Amino acid sequence: MVYLTRKAEFSAAHYYHNPEFTPDENQRVFGKCNNPNGHGHNYTLEVTVKGEVDPKSGFVVDLKQLKDVMSREVLDAFDHRFLNKEVPEFSTDVPTMIPTTENIAIAIWQRLAPKLKAAQLHRVRVYETPDLFVDFYGEA
Amino acid sequence: MKAHLTRRYMFSASHRLHSDEMSEEENRVTYGKCNNPYGHGHNYTIEVTVSGPVDDQTGMVCDLVDLDAFVHAQILGRYDHQNLNLLAEFVKQVPTTENLCIAIYEIVKRGFHHAHLERVRIEETMMNSFEYAGENGR
Repeated sequence: MVYLTRKAEFSAAHYYHNPEFTPDENQRVFGKCNNPNGHGHNYTLEVTVKGEVDPKSGFVVDLKQLKDVMSREVLDAFDHRFLNKEVPEFSTDVPTMIPTTENIAIAIWQRLAPKLKAAQLHRVRVYETPDLFVDFYGEA
Repeated sequence: MKAHLTRRYMFSASHRLHSDEMSEEENRVTYGKCNNPYGHGHNYTIEVTVSGPVDDQTGMVCDLVDLDAFVHAQILGRYDHQNLNLLAEFVKQVPTTENLCIAIYEIVKRGFHHAHLERVRIEETMMNSFEYAGENGR
């Protein structure tokens, strides 16, 4: 088994707000991240896939295919977007997922896993800043 | 759904690698320039990885404010700008980064209960790093 990791970057705005909380609770739980006007980050995404090395090609995965799937499923949807307003998983209007780094990693996993051929998704790592990152290994 | 969250922190400290159980010559051979009697220092970067289910209400594994407060009080407050050799845990133990990593893991494991501690990783310099995930860790 060989693991291969591809990095990508995207920049997006978000804020933390749970419609089931009172304004006071939102402020207490989420602090300055609750500002409804949003704030932004430069996110770094690392997608790790695993598989056996194909004896003919020497590849674990076709990098071009991995790059295309990451671009189409994640970067086109997230880059230079306001996550709460433009990405359905994080819509603030209905109680969906709050766009924390944890949930961004889960959402990216859910977008990528069904689209990858041959190689198996192993880990999604999302850096919100160089000093904070989340790893998601799937539901198991 | 379970996720792992990692936070990085920095502190600066001095140390000297020297074992009382070895002769002066053995210490010099074993630790090289790290055995310099006056000590030397590093900017350490530590990574604390915790895990747990992502809370439906908050979207969080744990509140970063709690993790930051704990690490600042119990780790950075203890080690930053200190001479490691003078601390209780290194009176009988050589303050290698391996032992420092284990000491920090034990402090977090004992005192931080908002999420499960997975691992502590320390970069002593940009060129070397150490990880400890408990006695049964990988």
